[in-house]
Amino acid sequence: MPKSFADLLREARTQIREVTPLEVSALPKGTAVIVDVREEYEWEQGYIPGAEHVSKGYLEQAIEEVAPDRDQPVVLYCAGGIRSLFAAQTMQEMGYTDVASMSAGFQGWKSAGLPFDKPITLSQDQKQRYSRHLLIPEVGSAGQARLLASRALIIGAGGLGSPAALYLAAAGVGTIGLVDFDIVDVSNLQRQIVHTTARVGERKVESASVAIKALNPEIEVVAHEEMLGAANVERIIAGYDVILDGTDTFETRYILNDAAVAAGIPVIHASVFRFEGQLTTFVPYEGPCYRCLYPTPPPPELAPGCSVAGVLGVVPGILGLLQTNEALKVLLGIGNTLAGRLMLFDALETEFTELQLRRDPRCPVCSDEAVAARAAGRPLATTAMGADAPFLLTTTGLAGTISPEARA
Amino acid sequence: MSTVFIPSVLRANVGGAKALEVDGSTVRGIVDGLVLQHPALRGQLLTDDGELNRFVNVYVNGQDVRYLAGLETPVATTDEVRLLPAMAGG
Repeated sequence: MPKSFADLLREARTQIREVTPLEVSALPKGTAVIVDVREEYEWEQGYIPGAEHVSKGYLEQAIEEVAPDRDQPVVLYCAGGIRSLFAAQTMQEMGYTDVASMSAGFQGWKSAGLPFDKPITLSQDQKQRYSRHLLIPEVGSAGQARLLASRALIIGAGGLGSPAALYLAAAGVGTIGLVDFDIVDVSNLQRQIVHTTARVGERKVESASVAIKALNPEIEVVAHEEMLGAANVERIIAGYDVILDGTDTFETRYILNDAAVAAGIPVIHASVFRFEGQLTTFVPYEGPCYRCLYPTPPPPELAPGCSVAGVLGVVPGILGLLQTNEALKVLLGIGNTLAGRLMLFDALETEFTELQLRRDPRCPVCSDEAVAARAAGRPLATTAMGADAPFLLTTTGLAGTISPEARA
Repeated sequence: MSTVFIPSVLRANVGGAKALEVDGSTVRGIVDGLVLQHPALRGQLLTDDGELNRFVNVYVNGQDVRYLAGLETPVATTDEVRLLPAMAGG
C-alpha cells in the first residue's frame, strides 16, 4: 500500500526518540556524537559546536567513520527536525541502538539562543583543489583551513627541501619560507627536483619560488636569501609554526636547534648520506632536541656532506617527504610524530630502523636548568658546548672548511 | 657473538662490512673487540682516555647506552648493537 509523506513521518516519530535543543545542549561533552545531516551549504551557515557533518545523502556511506561504535549515543539534527528523523531510521536499520533526532533542528537550536560555530569556508577553487584532503575526516575543511593559515620554514632548498617545498605547496600550507643563499648548479638536479635545467645559475630561493607558484599560485613564498647564522636565526624563524631542517652543515643544525627550542617551534630533522638517512621530529620540551641526540658534532672527516660523499638522489627525496609528512601532522595536530624516535632509512636494504631517543636532563638547551638560565638572561648553550665542539667554536667553522657548493 | 651494525661513514675502516659479529658481554667489551679487529676504528670511537667519543651514539636494541649504563651496559649474544654518528647531508 502506498504511503504518503505524512504516513512516513508518523511512522518515524513512533520509532525514533526525539530530544529538544536544550536537552542536547545539556549533554555533557563527549557523551553523544552529534551529527548534522544537512546539506553542505546549510552547514556552512553555522552548526552546533563539536558536531560532525554527514549530509543525509551520504549517511549510509559515511556515518561509520564518525560513529564507529553501534552502541554509542548519537543525536542527529537537520534544519527543522524532519530529515534527521528519517536519517535516524536509516541508522537504526544499520544497527545503531541509541539514535535520537533533535526536534526543531538547527533553527530550534538558534531560536533557543544556543551558541553555534561558523565553519571557515573554502572558496570553490579551494574545494576543488583540496578535495582529496576534504574527503579525509582527519583533515576536512577545518584542517585545510588550518593548513592554509599555517607557516612552514624550509632551511635549505636542496635535496631534502625540494620535495618538502613542492608537497607543502601542493597541500596548501599557506606560507612557505625558504632559507638558502646558494645558486642552482647542474649537479644539484640529480635530486633537487624543485629546480630545473632552465634555471641553472638562478638563486635557489627564486627557482624554488617559481616552482611553488607554478604548482599552487595561492601559496605565499617568503624568500630568505641568506645563510642561517647565530646573528639572524631568531629573526628568520620568528612566526613560523614548523621548521624543516634540510641543511648540510652541523653548524647550522645546532644554531637552528638552539633558537627553535628557545622559540618553542618544532623542527623536523632529516639528514642523508649515500644510501642512508636519519629522521626525527624535535618538539621543544615534549621530546629531546638535537643536542640531546648529538651533544657534539663529529669531526668533519666523519660527516662529509653530499658533495663530498655523494648521495643516491631518491634518498633525500624519501627523507624530505617523510619530513613533510611530519610537518603536516604537526600543523594539523593529528597522528603521532617521531618525537622521541629516530628513524633510520637504508635504501640498499629498503629497511627502516627505529631507535628510541630521550631528553638529556643535562641538555644545555632544553633541560629545565637551561630554560631557567635563558629566562634569567644567561643561556647555557655556548659555554656548555665547551671544548667538546672545537670546530663549532673556531672562527671559520664548517663555513671555512666546506665550500658553499658543499652546502647544497 | 653480538651483531654490531656499522654506519656507512665507518665502513671503510672495517673493510666495507655493514655488520660484524663481535664477542663481548658489555658495550666496552664489544668496542674493545671491534677495535682489536679493526684498529682504524679506535680514533673514531674512543677518546684518548678510552671513553666513547661524544659524537658517536651507541644503541643496544634501539636504546641509547648513555641512558643505560654507558660503556658498562651489558650486551647479550642476541642483542643488536648499533653505532651511530650524526650525519650532515641535506
